[in-house]
Amino acid sequence: MNSGRETAYSGEPQERRTIAVVRASLPRRYRSERRFRFFGLLAIVLSIGFLALMFASIIAQGYTAFRQTEIRLPIFFDPEVLHADALARADYGALIRHGLDRLFPDVRGRQERRELFALISSAAVYELRDFVMRDPELIGQTLEVWLKAGADIDMAVKGHFRRELPEDERRVTDRQFAWLDRLAAEGRLEKRFNRTFFTAGDSREPEQAGIWGAVCGSFFTLAVTLILSFPIGVAAAIYLEEFARRSRFTDLIEVNINNLAAVPSIVFGLLGLAVFLNFFHMPRSAPVVGGLVLTLMTLPTIIIAARSALKSVPPSIREAALGVGASRVQTVLHHVLPLALPGMLTGTIIGMARALGESAPLLMVGMVAFIVEIPKGFTDPATVLPVQIYLWADSPERAFVERTSAAILVLLAFLLVMNGAAIWLRKKYERRW
Amino acid sequence: MKKRKALLKNATMFTLALVVGLAAVGPVQAQQRDSISIVGSSTVYPFATVVAERFGKAGGFKTPKIESTGTGGGFKLFCAGVGVQHPDISNASRAIKASEFETCQKNGVTEIVEVKIGFDGIVLANSKKAPQLVFSSKDIFLALAKEVPDPKGGEGLVPNPYKTWKEVNPSLPEVKIEVLGPPPTSGTRDAFLELAMERGALAFESLKKLAKEDAKKFQKIFGSLREDGGYVDAGENDNLIVQKLVANPNAVGIFGFSFLDQNTDKIQGAKVDGHVPTFENIADGKYPLSRPLFFYVKKAHVGVIPGIKEYLAEFTSEKAWGKDGYLSEKGLIPLPEAERKKVAENVKNLTVLKDVK
Repeated sequence: MNSGRETAYSGEPQERRTIAVVRASLPRRYRSERRFRFFGLLAIVLSIGFLALMFASIIAQGYTAFRQTEIRLPIFFDPEVLHADALARADYGALIRHGLDRLFPDVRGRQERRELFALISSAAVYELRDFVMRDPELIGQTLEVWLKAGADIDMAVKGHFRRELPEDERRVTDRQFAWLDRLAAEGRLEKRFNRTFFTAGDSREPEQAGIWGAVCGSFFTLAVTLILSFPIGVAAAIYLEEFARRSRFTDLIEVNINNLAAVPSIVFGLLGLAVFLNFFHMPRSAPVVGGLVLTLMTLPTIIIAARSALKSVPPSIREAALGVGASRVQTVLHHVLPLALPGMLTGTIIGMARALGESAPLLMVGMVAFIVEIPKGFTDPATVLPVQIYLWADSPERAFVERTSAAILVLLAFLLVMNGAAIWLRKKYERRW
Repeated sequence: MKKRKALLKNATMFTLALVVGLAAVGPVQAQQRDSISIVGSSTVYPFATVVAERFGKAGGFKTPKIESTGTGGGFKLFCAGVGVQHPDISNASRAIKASEFETCQKNGVTEIVEVKIGFDGIVLANSKKAPQLVFSSKDIFLALAKEVPDPKGGEGLVPNPYKTWKEVNPSLPEVKIEVLGPPPTSGTRDAFLELAMERGALAFESLKKLAKEDAKKFQKIFGSLREDGGYVDAGENDNLIVQKLVANPNAVGIFGFSFLDQNTDKIQGAKVDGHVPTFENIADGKYPLSRPLFFYVKKAHVGVIPGIKEYLAEFTSEKAWGKDGYLSEKGLIPLPEAERKKVAENVKNLTVLKDVK
């Protein structure tokens, strides 16, 4: 630039006019603009590429978990086995073994029979039990019943154990493969929608494991978080923004709030352990404690979002309200707050979404646990979705790999819905000046 | 404006409803508990959870809640005191330490029942695409220790000079030493150090002598793994190590036997001191890298928390921990029969742990 101007004045002023200088620099400026655009585009392509890679790998690994291999067996509800007065403790395994014997009458030998019985999930007996308990009329009849296949069988049907490998290197034997072929040919083997995955609690048998327990736990935990952090956060923001006089003290509070928003979440877990569990003696592993811990974590985020929403309401609104005689409380509650609310809700939902994905602070308050029963309230032992994912990712059973990915998909779906809701709320109620 | 006012009204009502709801939840003091609370080792977790689940499904009692806190973390909670807010059982991948036992006694947890449940093997494994490895524990020590006896002879120790397995032992392949294993916080690593590294170190005369003279120094030698890239902390997740082994056929991984058992189509266990890590070899005690697993029960809670006695009975029944029990299918190596009987007898009588060495 400098050199251009100098030549313009010192050289031949008539020919080197400003337009000439501009023209001379034009190609360079175009180039730099193209470069900038290219890098910008590259950044976006790169991040979308990574995102797509992540989604593709999770979906590719996880989608199979939504279907579960089941085997149709002729079950004779033997009155000899099922005594009406002791239905809960009857030997349902015998019914299944009997059904398998009917289909494969020529299987003899202890080892061979063990392999045969391993086709059916070890937890199928409980399914059968619930089936009979619901409808005791069945006793004495023979019915075709779809039962879950064992986890290894399920993996084999889904192609995770290659048949070409030597027999001792896979968890499904040649005999079992042959039986599966026969069952498939007879239409007794099918991959069906895995309802258990969405309705059951945790289990150590992959085919019986579900995320409903974790979803309920997440719900109760987030409910506590929302109930506490939204009103407290909004009240704090309104006070700081609308009523408090600026002083050293409020400056200090502001710095602290911003600082807290950046504190690693595990620290809040330690705080929760010390205060809620050790001091107040609240129960371990309960959603109410998890919710309290997550409240501490999300409060700063909500306060910051709520304050910036309040700041974006133009002062003319407040002045007009005060001008027609409204009190300050009236001004805030009747005029400022309604205008700021969409922004506050957006901030809250984003804070909630972060809380939903959090597992580290919950470790300290005992929510990283194996819990089979579906939590029914705020004080029942519970775990949450991200913790469930962590626990499954750590399990040795092969079938948990796809279930881990499937659980991640469910968590992502929830996050997507929440963030979508935030955008929708903003679009619907936002007002620009 | 009308819409906005409606939103405000809704929001106020909503908040009000939430606050009322919270007030209803209000006093949450758990003064009783109807399910067993278990904490402790992540190695025992996969076995304890299976028993707990079956126990719960069988009906009669609620399914116990099992937290995976690590052995040390488990004892800390377990020994904090007697009462419903404290756990009833602590799982452990090693025996209770004297210091932990003392803490327990100090906090009123005086009666503890020790239950040995079986063995867990620690395996060194590599990808199926590479040839099976045959190690002696001496090889393992030489390949992984931070300091090793001078290969040129002499008494002194030198920083580990070995880069490839062939340099360690000419019968091993010419491949860079790259071992993926658990981080220092892990109980598996502690066990690996004591079982493999100590054994390997004792194969040297000079170190054997040192072990007798200065146990502390000796412990430091076999307890320090090299930090120059030969040994890599691969995090607590053993599935991750398995995946890395599949991707990199030159790498060797260290993890629990159940992960080898589940992935026999992808990885293979290395022979250690002449024995392959199989279920039978570990059960017979031939395979050297195996450790006992335990859990500890607070006797004061038996009879207070419903189901503890029955849970113990389920765990120590033949159909659970026996030779063909369901725990063996999950990779737990059962105790010898005579020992099983003895432990089951102790459990039945709730024989209290007297002293810990």
